[in-house]
Amino acid sequence: MSTSTWTVASVREALVKKKVSATELATEFYGRIEKRNPELNAFLTLSPERAYAQADRIDAAVANGEALPALAGVPVAVKDVISTTGVRTTCGSKILETYIPPYDATAVERLERAGAVIVGKTNCDEFAMGSSNENSAYGPVRNPIATDRVPGGSSGGSAAAVAAGLAVAALGTDTGGSIRQPGSFCGVSALMPTYGRVSRYGLIAFASSLDKIGPFTSNIADAAAVMGVIAGHDPNDSTSAAVPVENYLHEIEKPANRLRIGVPEDYFGEGIDPEVKEKVQAGIGLLERLGCQRIPLQMPHTDYAIATYYILATAEASSNLARYDGVRYGLRVPGSTLIDMYRKTRERGFGSEVKRRIMLGTYALSSGYYDAYYLRAQKVRALIARDFADAFQKVDAIVTPTTPTPAFRLGEKSADPLQMYLADIYTVTGSLAGVPGISVPCGKTKAGLPVGMQIFGPHFREGSVLQLARAFENAGGFAT
Amino acid sequence: LKISRDDVIRVAELAHLELSPGEIDTYRGQLDEILSYIDKLKELDVTNVEPMAQGIVLSPAAKNAGPESHPELREDVLRPCEVAAAVLSQSADAEKPFFRVPKVIER
Repeated sequence: MSTSTWTVASVREALVKKKVSATELATEFYGRIEKRNPELNAFLTLSPERAYAQADRIDAAVANGEALPALAGVPVAVKDVISTTGVRTTCGSKILETYIPPYDATAVERLERAGAVIVGKTNCDEFAMGSSNENSAYGPVRNPIATDRVPGGSSGGSAAAVAAGLAVAALGTDTGGSIRQPGSFCGVSALMPTYGRVSRYGLIAFASSLDKIGPFTSNIADAAAVMGVIAGHDPNDSTSAAVPVENYLHEIEKPANRLRIGVPEDYFGEGIDPEVKEKVQAGIGLLERLGCQRIPLQMPHTDYAIATYYILATAEASSNLARYDGVRYGLRVPGSTLIDMYRKTRERGFGSEVKRRIMLGTYALSSGYYDAYYLRAQKVRALIARDFADAFQKVDAIVTPTTPTPAFRLGEKSADPLQMYLADIYTVTGSLAGVPGISVPCGKTKAGLPVGMQIFGPHFREGSVLQLARAFENAGGFAT
Repeated sequence: LKISRDDVIRVAELAHLELSPGEIDTYRGQLDEILSYIDKLKELDVTNVEPMAQGIVLSPAAKNAGPESHPELREDVLRPCEVAAAVLSQSADAEKPFFRVPKVIER
């Protein structure tokens, strides 16, 4: 493990006081990556050319006494489903093994405009489909806390990179839990913003009504700083919201002692690991001692979320992934006819989980089954969203475990897709409702594995989610 | 049985996936298990529930608001978009300004 933990604030202070240059910092992080990555497999591609060019710009700004932007010199890793000009972007798939995007995602462009140094692209489950990072075509990521265990997925590389000190912050994407679940498994802060809060221009699509980009950080102030940079309306993304962006760094300083926190019984039932339950209950107890009011909730449709999610997400994926046909980009396997080329390209280019989900989604959308599966799932999604809307009439935040268990062992669930899907049981609800949610560390099991506590807030109230998370962090909750 | 071997073959055809016989059997079993689990959605009464197709449900006020609240709509003006070379450079087989593919129509 790294001995010194850099934060957005400490990087800034060190640059301003000329204790370190952005170039030296980039060199330090590439040194750490070189040392740790062969074991962890968190990075798929490094981008030193781009990183050092940006570091030079920051160092010139420091030398000229210019005001530094919000993330000046901060080493940031980017999940490999997010486009980066000139830097290979594989989505963890063989079908995009040599793909080099001709443009930057808006989130990446905003990070760089704010001075961040993009160090490289992180490993993930293929097309973000998975809960363990074992579905990457480039091998699994290992959990830096316990290397015989998975880091979670699908943004496993981003979570592991921050947990191992290989980046100060990282971008991940969350469709059903892919930011929060690996955040929980690796013991870092992991925020899924509201649907539409962060532009998805340049995010390679998995399930368009669910995909979100959000940050992994080692602390809440850094999450607030990164969110302040990447949030906001983007004319290049028609689903991005024109809702004004809160000042997150200001919001997290507000006292949290009057907040009403809802605790849904439905999240503590069958299947939860006793140590996870105990840690999260202790976390909620700490929030009560801070002055928060605990309000028991019923969210009766929780138990239907996984079934709903795996219809909607796979249906959308089967449509989005139709574009990988060998014609315009990525792998092409020659065939005697156009259709033959499509079939051979997709057979060789996609891994087994991606094919399984394309099959499930195609089936759910096929003639004769649409009403029974897809339409019904869209209706149940509305009921799940209503559970959240009703709850937020009564409470400011909802607090739950992030996952039913701590990180499992590599290979433990990879043979049973349904068991793997059930690992997302507490995260998919919020994904379907489109609300923001964060996973924060709330201590470790006796075996030393991190446990995550999840905080949901109302739409576009990332500020209050972060405010509560910050109060918990300040009270020592991350280590309870 | 939720899904037969023939169903799997038909769905693979629709999805342009060329599955091996082994894959067909594996997927049949796994999809069968997943679809049986998904059957729990039938327990719920969804009569009169509006389907939710997007990531968040807009309030009635937001739905009926004027164009000023729809920044995703812009003036319909031409803007240069000279990306053809960059786009074609990613193709396995391109000859400007076309992507080249095997024959489409069987004789």
